[in-house]
Amino acid sequence: MRRQPLVYLTLLVSLILSVFPLYWLFVVATRSNDVIGDMPPPLLPGGNLGENIQRLFGPEAEEAHFARGMLNSAIASIAVTVSVVFFSSLAGFAFAKLRFRGRSALLLAVLATMMVPVQMGIVPLYMVMVKLGWQNQLQAVIVPFLVSAFGVFLMRQYAERAVPDELIEAARLDGCTTFGLFLRVVSPALRPGAAVLGLFTFMGTWNEFLWPLAVLDADNPTVQFSLSQLATQYYTDYTLMFTGTLIAIVPLLLVFVLFGRQLISGIMDGAVRS
Amino acid sequence: MSAPGQATGEQSGAHTQPVPDSPGTRSVGAASRLDAVGGEGQGGRGRLRAAAGTGTVGSGGGLSAGRRGLWSRLDLYGSPYLFIAPFFVLFTAFGLFPLVYTAWVSLRAWDLTGDAGFVGLDNYSRLLADPDFWNALVNTLGLFVLATVPQLLLALIVAALLNRPIRALLLFRLGVLAPIVTSVAAVAIVFGQLYGRDTGLVNGILGLIGIDPIDWQASRTSSWIAVASMVNWRWTGYNALIYLAAIQAIPRDLYEAAQIDGAGAIRQFRSITVPLIRPALIFTVVMSTIGGMQLFTEPLLFGQGDVSGGSLRQFQTIAMYMFEQSFQNFDYGYGSAIAWMIFLLTVIVGVANALIGRRLRGGTQ
Repeated sequence: MRRQPLVYLTLLVSLILSVFPLYWLFVVATRSNDVIGDMPPPLLPGGNLGENIQRLFGPEAEEAHFARGMLNSAIASIAVTVSVVFFSSLAGFAFAKLRFRGRSALLLAVLATMMVPVQMGIVPLYMVMVKLGWQNQLQAVIVPFLVSAFGVFLMRQYAERAVPDELIEAARLDGCTTFGLFLRVVSPALRPGAAVLGLFTFMGTWNEFLWPLAVLDADNPTVQFSLSQLATQYYTDYTLMFTGTLIAIVPLLLVFVLFGRQLISGIMDGAVRS
Repeated sequence: MSAPGQATGEQSGAHTQPVPDSPGTRSVGAASRLDAVGGEGQGGRGRLRAAAGTGTVGSGGGLSAGRRGLWSRLDLYGSPYLFIAPFFVLFTAFGLFPLVYTAWVSLRAWDLTGDAGFVGLDNYSRLLADPDFWNALVNTLGLFVLATVPQLLLALIVAALLNRPIRALLLFRLGVLAPIVTSVAAVAIVFGQLYGRDTGLVNGILGLIGIDPIDWQASRTSSWIAVASMVNWRWTGYNALIYLAAIQAIPRDLYEAAQIDGAGAIRQFRSITVPLIRPALIFTVVMSTIGGMQLFTEPLLFGQGDVSGGSLRQFQTIAMYMFEQSFQNFDYGYGSAIAWMIFLLTVIVGVANALIGRRLRGGTQ
């Protein structure tokens, strides 16, 4: 017990280190440019947030196409999340609870694909997009990501524990078709796992950077692309950059505030299982 | 299994006692029951078995006609493939095919003017003689070490502390997790300002203790430290939670026995905690390896979006070099060869890490 103050001190320092950059982001976004670089630094928020937001969406920062970026990212993230959650649950359930020929080999294939960094296929993926005429089209950042090997694996692990075999047998004997079984019996049981997968998928898609940069143009960006435009075109205008960054992480902060506990248990759960 | 979960199970068990007549509604009943338990297994086992029993009784008359039998056979044997098909189809089209195609493109001279034909391993031999490639490789490996070692050590310490009986546990957990919900681009922008030469907070604070401003982008060492700190900041809390989960799975009596044997806290940590969470350690090392070999956004935005990573390429990673060759020089063949080198590197470093992990096991036992 003697060491308890030291424990709190260390944790408090980690907490401050973790949160300070986010707080600093907020402080700068609410200030004007002339206080940047002041020593001692401004540690309290100022009153310029409204004005900065207006500048962000106004003609001054039009090359960043920020509103367009937010909208594109919202559409892409929601579409990808819904699709990944649905197809992962379906395949995860099949792998966990249905018997079929070649099941373990196919599952191994899913696992192997998890190890491959998909990022390194971006050159040919780009060529595929050129063939399809999808350059600078929003579907280019949606369609390739509609399924996820990680999602299938996660939902398979979850279904293994969450869906009792007895329940499936019972429903089968009741004359339930396999898809009916999935809809009425399995998917309610998978809901907590699917929620965690959905949260991570949404955050991942919202944060995707390299691929949108490769396949989209600056006039039709995702939000992260817009941010990089802000950071390169307006890199001396710190308050503008920081305001954009703040707005861009609002959906993530919302997810964090509303579902923080689920995220924690999702991370901790996944780790024990894998 | 937590106590509240069991309580919910008990309640929902009570209201499902009256078994409805038609099979269809019974399935719905079963579904909502599971939903109430939240899908968390054991608490409801016995009850579910009971449900299965009643199901057997009710199903006798259902499957009589031959045609229906064929239909349900088709459903039974075909459905699993139908369920996994979307994944495999889409993955083949947009995941596997590009990978294989990368290999094909890397063997050809292919640029903006089009495909100029098969050139064998020319792209690869050019790569091995390319000083910019070796520079990017050194940068990637150096950044990987600087970004991973402190990250995992800190995560281990934070996890050990979070495992103690402390107040405001959720606050601390949420606090250390906050960085992970921030996007990489956001991290890069904020840290880019913090490390700014003239107006950055870091130089400002260093100035207070009499250190001259550092041009963080200018030298290899300083730019590596700056970029690595972004990665460290973003991932430490995530790894700490993974370690915490593994630590909590260790049986308490091991520690009690060690305590009786007179082992102190540090000794317990070294001899019980670390060996027993080795799977979690290996998992985080592998994940960090995959991430580290593909490092792109942080160094890119640290240098204001310049893919060459500084005037002397002092912080250009391999992923940045691939991007530069593919999408700025439009040398698709060469870019594809670099992509394969990233993959190869990931495998090599991953295997090396796994071997080190195995050595560690040999050491502790």
